[in-house]
Amino acid sequence: MEKNKDILVRISNLRTYFPVKKGVFRRTVGQVKAVDGVDLEIIRGETLGVVGESGCGKTTLGKSIIQLCKPTSGKVLYAFPDGEKDLAAMNDKALDVARKRLQIVFQDPYSSLNPAFTIFGSFSDPLKKFGIKSRTDREAAVGRLLEAVNLPKDYMTRYPNEFSGGQRQRIGIARALSVDPELIVCDEAVSALDVSIRAQVLKLFKELQAERGLTYLFITHDLSVVEYISDRIAVMYLGKVVELAETQELFRNTVHPYTKALLSAIPIADLAQKKKRIPLQGDVPSPVNPPAGCPFHPRCTYCQPICRTEVPKLTAYPTGGTAEHHVACHFALDFLGGTR
Amino acid sequence: MGTRALQKKMDQILYREQHGLLKSSNKSRALRKILANKLAIIGLVLFVAITILCVFAPLFTPYQPNSIDLRNRLAPPTFGHLLGTDQIGRDIWTRILFGGRISIFVGLGSALGAALIGVSLGTYAGYRGGLLDATVMKISEIMMSFPQIILVSILVTIVGQNLWNLMYIFILTGWSSMYRMARSQMLSIREQEYIQALRAFGISKAIIAFKHMLPNAIGPIFVNITLSTAMFILQEAALSFLGLGVPLDQPTWGNILNVAQDLTILRESWWVWLPVGVAITVFVLAINFIGDGLRDAADPTLIG
Amino acid sequence: MRDDLILQVKDLSVNFYTNQRCNMALRGVSFDLRKGRTLCIVGESGCGKSVTANAIMQLLPDLSRIESGNITFKGQDGDIQIEKLPKNGKQMRKLRGEVMAMIFQDPMTALNPVFTVGFQMNEMIQAHTDLRKKAATEKSIGLLTDMGVPLPEQRVHEYPHQFSGGMRQRAMIAMAMACAPEILIADEPTTALDVTIQAQIFELMLELKETEHMAILLITHDMGVVAEMADDVAVMYMGNMVESGTVQQILNSPSHPYTIALLQSIPVLGHGKNQNLEPIRGMTPDPYHRPPGCQFAPRCDFATDICASRLPDESVFDTNHMVRCFHYEEIKRNKEIQHGKK
Repeated sequence: MEKNKDILVRISNLRTYFPVKKGVFRRTVGQVKAVDGVDLEIIRGETLGVVGESGCGKTTLGKSIIQLCKPTSGKVLYAFPDGEKDLAAMNDKALDVARKRLQIVFQDPYSSLNPAFTIFGSFSDPLKKFGIKSRTDREAAVGRLLEAVNLPKDYMTRYPNEFSGGQRQRIGIARALSVDPELIVCDEAVSALDVSIRAQVLKLFKELQAERGLTYLFITHDLSVVEYISDRIAVMYLGKVVELAETQELFRNTVHPYTKALLSAIPIADLAQKKKRIPLQGDVPSPVNPPAGCPFHPRCTYCQPICRTEVPKLTAYPTGGTAEHHVACHFALDFLGGTR
Repeated sequence: MGTRALQKKMDQILYREQHGLLKSSNKSRALRKILANKLAIIGLVLFVAITILCVFAPLFTPYQPNSIDLRNRLAPPTFGHLLGTDQIGRDIWTRILFGGRISIFVGLGSALGAALIGVSLGTYAGYRGGLLDATVMKISEIMMSFPQIILVSILVTIVGQNLWNLMYIFILTGWSSMYRMARSQMLSIREQEYIQALRAFGISKAIIAFKHMLPNAIGPIFVNITLSTAMFILQEAALSFLGLGVPLDQPTWGNILNVAQDLTILRESWWVWLPVGVAITVFVLAINFIGDGLRDAADPTLIG
Repeated sequence: MRDDLILQVKDLSVNFYTNQRCNMALRGVSFDLRKGRTLCIVGESGCGKSVTANAIMQLLPDLSRIESGNITFKGQDGDIQIEKLPKNGKQMRKLRGEVMAMIFQDPMTALNPVFTVGFQMNEMIQAHTDLRKKAATEKSIGLLTDMGVPLPEQRVHEYPHQFSGGMRQRAMIAMAMACAPEILIADEPTTALDVTIQAQIFELMLELKETEHMAILLITHDMGVVAEMADDVAVMYMGNMVESGTVQQILNSPSHPYTIALLQSIPVLGHGKNQNLEPIRGMTPDPYHRPPGCQFAPRCDFATDICASRLPDESVFDTNHMVRCFHYEEIKRNKEIQHGKK
């Protein structure tokens, strides 16, 4: 599978920094390194899960890929039918055309729909922009989209305040589908939903992927959700990807000490699975002044002198199967050996 | 509301709920709240009454506002002249009605004009941000740091005294507060996810700002328009009192007050200045009540 | 066991009167809190779990009231009926803080940003003790040290925004612990925090339970948290307690259809990509259009006519496993048959 994979997006050395301004004259005094050198490939038709704690840059990564945030440097190469092009280098006009292929589903179902517009009103402008001019055609299109997310057609004449969180999230998904995109960035798309509703929406995501061959970049902090939905998982810490592997491989042979601690910290709703926690000391350092060397070293129990000075590179290690296991840790081989 | 009254009200609601008498009302919560606000209703009634009296002024008085009657100078109120006459025998009641026409027109017109400029700039600049926003913001700060009444009086002396000039000046000095209000609304709406979704579709900035964002800020804008109408009416009165407002041959509330500069009239002929003063106060108060009612109705944290 | 009983809630009903409507947020909830044990109340948003906590602390908003039921605090000097005390009376204020303390979901909004953390802790300590300012500050430092805040001497003079989310929650717990309360009520204390930080806070709470022999009421929506923290569990749905019992009873042999469905609808870490999720169909009803009988009936696979007619009573089996369902015996039998087949 790894050999002849169909890569949809190839991200290389992507950095997105936000200036920190201070004082009367708004001088830039520092930079929040939200995404700090990420290399990633998204394969057509897969679900790539991105997990990490708040402030690790996962949302910024998603927004930088679909150009809602302008990356500071690096490339986002997207496989268009006529060859790969860099989204980050496109001007507004070229991007407008490209946006048909990239969409986003947001976290907060309560702020993702305009309260002043009916559902049809919210869908209308995007559809018009992508070429459906007549009103009856647009109405038919909105009806089809609502049915695709298992909602009745006539909901299009209602206002968002009449819907529950789960229904709003379905409408948000339908809006993203309205331009028939290839890649959908799901930014914490189920985190704000109640547990019983969450399962409905997760299933909907899976069904839509099977029907339409969608590619998802699924951003979440919830590892149990990401395990359920993803083919591969990338773990982020302080703007960098620290571990990347196929879902099963990542959970079976966890290598990076951060991933291990993260996994052990998650409460599991299964009394038979009580396990030992690996306590992490302290907090995530500020992304304005990330620590030198390995970003995780101040909290890492295996920290060695080299970790304080040298940034480990995300390196591919062969696994038993065909896939590769990418880890950014100086002692990855030791851990790999240890767990085997 | 006292605790006991509150308890009683709760009992009432509970009784009706248990007997299935309550249904989710289709009437909007904001509308119900403003109807329950007694002051706002009083304000609305006064506003409508005064406006009708002024607009249909000829129906309510037999006189012309500028017809001089030298035999009846400074006559106290009688049946013939409900509120008496001024120093050249013009009927005060008539002048208040006709003067209200112009005063309300100046107040409302200036408020709408200022809103048009301030809100459109605030909406677009607030959404765009960057250099445009910073520049407009600086200009509005300069406008606001001028003592307004002095600025107005300087401008009046430069461009001349005339109804339209006065309105232009009011708009010029009044747009900046509208701009700031609209801008701050936009700054919070801008972060909403539906706006980001529209950006992800590549919808143009003007459409996002004016079509999708502005409707969500309309409540506070409306409140602001009512409150600045009151402010402009007061300003017109103040300027006309100083003789800097609308030319004296046109009756306005301020121009009627103008004669009260004369100490003998102020001391001895109360009917010349007191009724018009009351009219201004009542009208401005009415508008402020309406504005406050609108603001409370739009505020979800208040009981209702 | 009997002596450990510290707080008893019986048939508590709370109504909310907003928007000219009456929302029966709690419709007869009963449970016991015991020293040295954690009771987790679990449920989805709108089920009334936070209302329960606020009712115990008498922190309900103005437009709501306790309609019926008792909240009894079993103190050393006899019982106190909490619901009878005036909301902001002296006695209630004394109870809050000295006997029971509460921590909230969002530590950012629960601390006042314009005062230092130490100032806010001192205020709380001085309100409940006779300590002078200096002694109070020393006590604050001691509390922060106990809660694992690094450099407490320096931290006590800092403002809330200088604290990270996890540290803020620790400061909140430190403040709650200031007068060594017997009951700690935690309303979703870690929902706003990251999992690694959540784990730290949980360690702290478990430790407090052991060392101080405290009774903890933990409100959560996360079944994982329940498995991790709870000794006893109460499941709530639409203002009713539908099932309660020990954590083993609830998680290993859930008997109410809602609990069963809830457990089947959440992805469990370690069960892989192909685990079968069974979403609960439909959605939580509008509180103003409640189903007439069992609140879960419209979404329930086992519902029959009787479910729509009236609310089922509480049935107790296996000593203290309570379930509010007409068909729980049948459901249990079905499950045993299924297990037998396996």
